[in-house]
Formats: sequence, C-alpha cells, structure tokens
Amino acid sequence: MTAAGNPALNTAARPTRGERRLSLSWLGVAPFFVYVGLFLLLPTAIILIGSFTAPKGGVSVINFAGINKPYMVKAFTNSLSVSAVSAVTGAVLGAVLAYAVVTGNPNGLMRRAITSASGVLAQFGGVALAFAFIATISTVGFVTIFLKDHGIDIFANGVWLYEAPGITLIYLYFQIPLMVLVFLPALDGIRPQWREATESLGGSTWHYWRYVAGPLLAPAFLGCTLLLFANAFSAYATVAALLTNGGVYVPLQIQALLTGETEQSQPGLAQALAFTMILIVVIVMTLYTLLQRRTTRWLR
Amino acid sequence: MNRSRRLKLRIFRTVVLLLMGAYFLVPIAAMLEFSTRGNSVTSPRTLDAWVQIAQTPGLTKGIVTSLQLAVITSIGMLALLLPTMVWVRLRLPQISRVIEFICLLPLTVPAIALVVGLKPLYIWININVTPSVLALAFAYLVLVLPYSYRSLDAGLAAIDLKTLSEAARSLGAGWVTVMWRIVIPNMPSAILNASLLSVALVLGEYTVANLLNFQNLQVEIAYVGLVNAGTSIAVAVGALLLAFVLLMVLTLVGGRLQQHNYIPGQRA
Repeated sequence: MTAAGNPALNTAARPTRGERRLSLSWLGVAPFFVYVGLFLLLPTAIILIGSFTAPKGGVSVINFAGINKPYMVKAFTNSLSVSAVSAVTGAVLGAVLAYAVVTGNPNGLMRRAITSASGVLAQFGGVALAFAFIATISTVGFVTIFLKDHGIDIFANGVWLYEAPGITLIYLYFQIPLMVLVFLPALDGIRPQWREATESLGGSTWHYWRYVAGPLLAPAFLGCTLLLFANAFSAYATVAALLTNGGVYVPLQIQALLTGETEQSQPGLAQALAFTMILIVVIVMTLYTLLQRRTTRWLR
Repeated sequence: MNRSRRLKLRIFRTVVLLLMGAYFLVPIAAMLEFSTRGNSVTSPRTLDAWVQIAQTPGLTKGIVTSLQLAVITSIGMLALLLPTMVWVRLRLPQISRVIEFICLLPLTVPAIALVVGLKPLYIWININVTPSVLALAFAYLVLVLPYSYRSLDAGLAAIDLKTLSEAARSLGAGWVTVMWRIVIPNMPSAILNASLLSVALVLGEYTVANLLNFQNLQVEIAYVGLVNAGTSIAVAVGALLLAFVLLMVLTLVGGRLQQHNYIPGQRA
C-alpha cells in the first residue's frame, strides 16, 4: 500500500534499477531468439541471399533464369495445377461433408468421431499415404483387382495413379479433412433463424443459398480453399514416395538439385526454387489471413 | 422444417457419409489386405510381412531413432517455448506479437524449401558438432513451433497467469518454482496436447530427414518399399494406427482434462 501510494517517489528513487530490470527482461527471451535465429531465420536468410547471388559472387538474378527453362516451367505448371485442382475439389467435398456434419446432432457421436478423425487425417501425409494408395489402386491394388474381377478396368487408358489425376486423388485424402476442420466454424456460425426469416419473407431454398448463406460463407470458403492450396503446394513426401524415379514437380526438382551431382555446379538454383515456393505460399497465406479476418467479423 | 425437406436432408447426409466413409476407410483396409498377402494370388493369408518388420534391421533402427527424436523434440520444445511464453506474458507483453509471428512463420515456409537453407547449416553441424542423426531434433523443433505455440498459447490464456505468479512470488517462490509448481500443473492438457502433436509430427517426418541424408523411420519405410512392398506397407499401417490411437487419446483425454482446469471467475 505504501509503495502504491507514492509512485512519484518510488520511480524517482530507483531509476537505474528500472533500467536493469528491463535489460534483464530481454535476457529472458534471449534463448528463444538465439534458437529461432539459428534454425529458422538463418536458413531463410541463406535462401534469400543465395538465390540473389551469382555463382561467382555479386547480386544477380541469374539463378532465376535457370527457372525459365522448359522443364522447370513445366514443374511449376504441374505443381500449381495439382495444388489448385486438389484445393478446389477438396474444398467443395470438404464443405459438403462439413454441411452433413453440421446438420446432424451437435453433441452427437457422429460429429465427434468425424472431427477427431479429420484432425488425425489432415496431418496424415507423406510416405504412408503414398503406400496406402499403392495398396489400393496401383495395378496390384486391392480395389483395382476387385474391380477387374467384376469386369471394370480402371486403367484401361493407361496407369494414371502416378500422373496428375492420381496425385490429386491422393492429396484429397488430407485436403478434405483439413477443409472440414477449418470450414466447420464458419458453418456453425450460420443461424437457423436466418433460414426461417428467409422463408417467412417468401424465399425459397435457392433464394436462401443465393442471397443469405452463400454471400456469408463465400469469404470463408474462398479463404479455406487458399489454405488448402498452400497445403498441397508445400507437400513433398507423398510425391517423393510415389514417384521414386523423380517427376516434373517443383519439390522433386529441389530434391534432385540437393541430392544430385549437380549440386556443386548450381547451388543457387535450388535456393531460387525454394525462394519462389516461399513467395507463392506467403502470398496465398496472406490472402487467406485477410479473408479469415473478414469471416471472423460476423462469426462471433 | 417440413417433412419432405427433412427426408431429403436425411438421404443427403446418409449418401455423403457413406461415400466419404468408403473413400477414407478403403485405403486403410487395402493396406491391411496388402500386408497379409501371400506370395501368389492363390496362397493363403500370411503375417510374413509383419514378422519381417522385426527382422529388417533398418526398420527397427528407424523406429528407435524416430522415437528418440520424438522425445527429444517434445522436451526441447517445452523447455524452449514454455518459459519464453510465460516470460513474455508477464514481463514483455509488448513483444508477444513478434513471438507469435515467428512461431507461426514455419507455416509459410514449406519444409521442402526450408531444408534448402538448412543444408549448409547441417553440413557445418555434421563436421563441427555431431554427425548423429539426433541432430535432426534441431530442425524438428522449428517444424513443430506453430502447433506447439497455438496449443500452449490456448493453455496459458485459460489461466490467470499474472495473479498466480504474483501470489507465488510474494510467498517467496523463485521463477523455477513458479514454472515447475504453478504453471505446469495448471495446464496439463495444453502441455500434453503440444507434446503429442510434436510426437505425431516427428514420427511422420520424411522431408527434412531424407534431404539431409538421415535415416529415420519414414526414410527407412520408403527405402524398404523399393525392395519389399508388403513389409513397408505393414510398417506404414502400423505407424498410422499408432498415430491414430495417439491423437484419438489426445482428443478424448484433452477434453476431459480441460474441465478440471483452473478457470478464474468461474467458481466464484
């Protein structure tokens, strides 16, 4: 009580101690900053500086000229299109599943089971996922054999599992659950009263979706689609395990540059590829954050 | 809601849940089927592929390595992140946004891109510090930052940290005592959550290990897959079911522990 009663005297009496306390406070966060500085910011800086450094030194964009080759352009087109298709399809199917969940009992077992399973499956990726689909729909897969026995040949026009359609189908395995997780809160924010209000004003189901729920959910849906895009674009392990002989995708090009013999001759090219990837993801995630902010405005 | 619409909704829900259920369950069933196949189409079911796991030295080594990495990463994450977050909340609230930004940064730097920048760093570590595979934990700690941060942040937001720590301090407790006997016991579910997410992430990690030429579980699975598909699929489904159980336990236990948390004002 006495200290609080005399604030002027208190601060005047020990100015130096206040300063020392401040620097001591900063000392408390020093380990964290040293760590992230070494293992997060330094690698990022290495990529940033390396991609703008010419092989013989000096600032240059020559590394990015290496991206402007037909197979590198193809790698980017492939990666971007697989990410876009799997993001849009995953968003639509995930939204449908989320709607099926949200129209059920909010405290029911079904909802709890689906949200928990989504949490697990959204994290599921990588090598095991590739093997799951090899066991399912490769030429010796369970489903392929089953359908063949019943007269259906899913590979009549060639094996598509290792091409863009197959990779898209595999990516949906983690895209749909992720969509359920991120889109469910937006759907939960929709009040049944709004539908009743539409109906009492003479609106049909179409009117409700077109003029009420649609516009409200659009920013959330778009934002979640962007998140799914970034998610697919960053993925590496699944394609790496699926296409063991390499393929024309950006992550696999980085892999070839990092593990191959060419590493010594062009270290800047891998850094330029990494830089371009980071740039794309940062742009997409920034748009996502902006849309998310718009959504939360009416969600609470 | 009128009757015909309710019926339509019911049919819609059933169809969606059945189709989605099939899409998500069939691959897991197919893995179990594939891993119990015999050598030919007509041969009976066999557990050979599963028995092979124990007899493949690379796999057992990979499992041990990944489990060690999971433990080291979880402990390291808690040791680095928890004191920092508590400290920032109590003494440096002005930089909390900076900490949040840094912790969420790995979400916008794909692992496949980050590894390009980590490569020169690891070449240096390899020569000057240790060539051990466990050095991967340094990189993994960065990868788990966003998930751990969110989980711990939610846990810290649910307790009245300032009052609790000031009460402890005024009774003569030091900072270590505050951390050990006040903060940690008050947020068990958040700590468990952050640790289990880290464990799940480390057990499934392939990108960084593969490109830095380290052999962890996933790298071994991929390698065995080139030679013996059945065995690698058996390990993959085993690891998957383990992660499934782990995370399911997390959601169930997490929900229950949350109810016992100290929430200021709620008991008044």
